Amino acid sequence: MSEVAGDPRRELRDNELEQSELAALLLRLWSTPSGWLGRLTSVDHKVIGRRYILTSFAFLVLGGLLAVLMRLQLSGAEQKLLSPDLYNQVFTMHGSTMMFLFAVPVMEAFAVYFVPLMVGTRNIAFPRLNAFSYWMFLFGGCFLWIAFVFNAGPDIGWFAYVPLSSLQYNPTKRADVWAQMITFTEVAALAVAVEIVVTVFKQRAVGMTLDRIPIFVWAMLVTSFLVLFAMPSVMIASTTLILDRLVNTHFYDTASGGNVLLWQHLFWFFGHPEVYIIFIPGTGMVSMIIAAFARRPVFGYTMIVLSLIATGFLSFGLWVHHMFVTGLPQLGASMFTASSMLIAVPSGLQIFCWLATLWDGRPVYRTPLFFVLGFFVIFVLGGLSGVMVASVPIDMQVHDTYFVVAHFHYVLIGGAVFPLIGAVYYWFPKITGRMLSETLGRWNFWLAFIGFNVAFFPMHILGLIGMPRRVYTYTPEMGWDHLNLLSSAGAAVFAASFALLIANVIRSLRHGELAGDNPWGASTLEWATSSPPPPYNFSRTPVVTHRDPLWADGDNLRVVAGLSVERREVLLSSIADAEPHTREASPEPSIWPLLTAIATTIFFIGSIFTPWAVVWGTPPIAVALIGWFWPTGSKEDEE
Amino acid sequence: MKQTVVRNVNELPSYGFGSQSGPWWGAMAFIALEGMGFAIAIAAYLYLYAVNPKWPLNSPPPDLWPGTLATVIYILSVIPNQFTNRRAHQTDLPGVRIGLVIMTLVGLALLVIRGFEFAHLNTRWDLDAYGSAVWLVLALHTTHLATDVGDTIVLTVLMFTHHATPRRFSDVTDNVFYWNFVVLAWLPLYILLDWTPRL
Repeated sequence: MSEVAGDPRRELRDNELEQSELAALLLRLWSTPSGWLGRLTSVDHKVIGRRYILTSFAFLVLGGLLAVLMRLQLSGAEQKLLSPDLYNQVFTMHGSTMMFLFAVPVMEAFAVYFVPLMVGTRNIAFPRLNAFSYWMFLFGGCFLWIAFVFNAGPDIGWFAYVPLSSLQYNPTKRADVWAQMITFTEVAALAVAVEIVVTVFKQRAVGMTLDRIPIFVWAMLVTSFLVLFAMPSVMIASTTLILDRLVNTHFYDTASGGNVLLWQHLFWFFGHPEVYIIFIPGTGMVSMIIAAFARRPVFGYTMIVLSLIATGFLSFGLWVHHMFVTGLPQLGASMFTASSMLIAVPSGLQIFCWLATLWDGRPVYRTPLFFVLGFFVIFVLGGLSGVMVASVPIDMQVHDTYFVVAHFHYVLIGGAVFPLIGAVYYWFPKITGRMLSETLGRWNFWLAFIGFNVAFFPMHILGLIGMPRRVYTYTPEMGWDHLNLLSSAGAAVFAASFALLIANVIRSLRHGELAGDNPWGASTLEWATSSPPPPYNFSRTPVVTHRDPLWADGDNLRVVAGLSVERREVLLSSIADAEPHTREASPEPSIWPLLTAIATTIFFIGSIFTPWAVVWGTPPIAVALIGWFWPTGSKEDEE
Repeated sequence: MKQTVVRNVNELPSYGFGSQSGPWWGAMAFIALEGMGFAIAIAAYLYLYAVNPKWPLNSPPPDLWPGTLATVIYILSVIPNQFTNRRAHQTDLPGVRIGLVIMTLVGLALLVIRGFEFAHLNTRWDLDAYGSAVWLVLALHTTHLATDVGDTIVLTVLMFTHHATPRRFSDVTDNVFYWNFVVLAWLPLYILLDWTPRL
C-alpha cells in the first residue's frame, strides 16, 4: 500500500512552517470562494451551520407569528379574525413549522457548527452532503410556506391522521404539500445525522477517548442515531400517504383491506423519538452551559452519558401512548404506560447531576445560566404533567384538550427552546466574535420566563375544564374567555422576548463587546480557536489528554503536526481510543450539491402531481450525483 | 493560544480500507437507516397481514420462479463481489476492472429479472391493500438495486480512466460492501413476498 500511497515527503506539510506562514496557507486552502456563485459552493461546516441556524430561526419567527394569530383569535369568545378554514391551516402550519422547520433543524444546525469544533477537526464528515442537506431543508421549508401563501397550506394537523388526510376528505393538494414537506426535511435531517455520526466516530482529536467526548457531542451522537432509526418510519408514512392519494393504493383505505391505525403507528413510531430528537440536544446544551458557569466539570459525566443513551433506547418504546384512545388491549396500554413513566428516570438522573454540579460549583449568574434555571422549572413541570398523561385513565379524559397542548409546550419549549436560547447567548461570541448584551439578555430571560408561564399554565386548567384543542372559537357560555385572554396576554409577552433577542443580536453584531477566544473561560475545544473561527478551524489539529482540555492545559494547546497544506486534509482516528490512522482528503467546494438539491426538489414537487415525475425526475438527479462524485483532478480527488 | 507539537502524523497513509476510511462509515450509517426503512416496510406489510382475515386479499400469491431465480443470482453474486473486493485490496487494477464489469452485468441482469418479478406478482398496487404492500416492498428494494447498479457502472467507467488512482480502490471496496447489503436485504423480502402469502 505504501507504494501507491505515494512519498509522504513530496508535498508541503505543516510541520515545516512557522505559525503565520501556516495560517496564510491554510486560509487560502480552506476558504469559501468569494462572490455570489462562490458562496453557493461552500462546504465549510461553519458557513452552512450559520445558514442553517439563521434559516431555522426565520422559520421560528414565521411559526411564532402564526401562534400570535391563533392567540388573537382565541383571546375572546366568537372572535372573527380567522375563518375556520384558515384557522385549520394556521394551526397545522404552526405545528409543522415548529417541529420540522425549526426544532429539529436548529438543533442539527448547532451540531453542524459546533461538533467539528468541539471534537477538534477541520470540517464535518461529508461536507458536500452537508451543503445538500441545507439546500433540501431550505427548499422544503419554502415549498411549505409558498403553498400556504397560495392558500394550499396543509389543514390536517401536524400529524395528518387518515382518513382526514385521505383524498376523500382532503381533495386538494394541501395534504400532499404536508407529506412532501416531510420528505424534504427528513432527507435533510438524515443527511446531517450521517455526517454527525461519522464525524464523532472518526474525526475526533487525537486522545479524545470515549470518556473525554464533550457531553453536547454525546447528545448529538445519540440524537443522530435516533434520527437514523426513527425518520425512515415517517418517510414510509408520508410516501404511502402520497401513493394512496396519487396512484390509488390502499394502505389506509379500510374498504380495501387498508387500516387507518397503521398511519398512527408509523407516524408515532417516528413522532415519539422526535420529541427526544429535540430534547436530547437541549440537555447537551444544558450540560455545557452548567459546566462553564458553575466553574467545575459536570458532576456524574458517566451517568449523564448513560442517561442520554438510555433515553435514546427508551424513546422507541413509548409511541403507543399517543394512541391510548384508539382502543388498545389492556396489556399493551399498561406496558406503554410503564415505559412512559420509566423514561422519566434517566431525565431525572440528569437533573440531579446538574443540580449537584451547581451545588458544588461557584456559579456565575449570566444570561445562559438564567435560561438553564428557567429550563429546570419549566421542564420539570412539563415532566410532571407528562407522568400524569402517561396514565391511561387520565389520558382518556384530557386527550385532545388544552391540557395536552400545555403539557407538550412545557416539555418542548422548556426542554429545548430555553436551553437553545441559553446556547445562543453562550455560543454567539464564538460564532460572531462579539458578546450579546447582558442587560438585554436579562430582560429577554424574564420576559420569556414570565410570558411563557402566563401563556401556557392557564391551558392546563382550560383543558381540565373541557376546552378541546384545534377549535377556532368558542361560545361565551363555556366560560373559557378569561383564561384564554390571560393566555393571549402571556403569549404577547413571550413574543416580545423573542423580539428582544433579535434586537440584541442585531445590536451586538455591530456594537457588542469583543469576545476574544474564550470569554466564558470554558473548557472545551471550540474555545481554543479564535472567535469567529478561521475557515480551517485549528491551524494544527489538537491533542486531548483530559475531558476538559482547556482547564487541564491552560494556555498551552497540544497539537499534531504533519498534515498537508497543499490539499484539504482531516485526521481520522480509531473509534474508542482516538488513535490517528489516516490523513484523509476533505472535499473542496462544489456547486453540485446545490444542483442535486434543485433536481431533487423538482422530482419531489413533481411527484405530488404526477407519478411520471419519478420517470422524468430521476435522470437529472442521477446526472447531478455523477457530477458531484466525478473527480475534478484536484489534489483532494487524486491522492 | 500557544501550541506544543506532541505528535507527528507525517507517515500516516492518505487513504484506508474498510473501517479505516470515512466513506465506509458513511455507507454503514446509510445501511442502518435504509435497513430501518426495510424493517418498517416489512412491519407495515405484516401489520396489514395481521389485521386482514384473508391474505392475499383478492389475488393469488406471486409466481415463484422470478423471485427464486433472482435469489439464487443474488447469493451467487457474492462470489464475484468478493473477488472484486480482494483485487481492490491488492490495488490490482486489471482484476478490479474484470470484477466491476462482471458485477455490472450481474446487476443489469437482476434489474431485468426484477421486471419479471413485478410482472408475476399477480396483483396491482391499486387492487387492494395486499397489492399496495407488495408493490411498496418490491419497489423499495428496486431503488436500492438500481442505485447500486448505477454506482457500479460509474465506478467501472472511472476505473477505465486516468482517475483510477489508489484511493479509488477504497471506493470499490465500499461499493462491494453496499452490494452485500442489497443482497442481505433481499433475502427476508423474498420470504416475505413469495412465501408469506402461501402460509
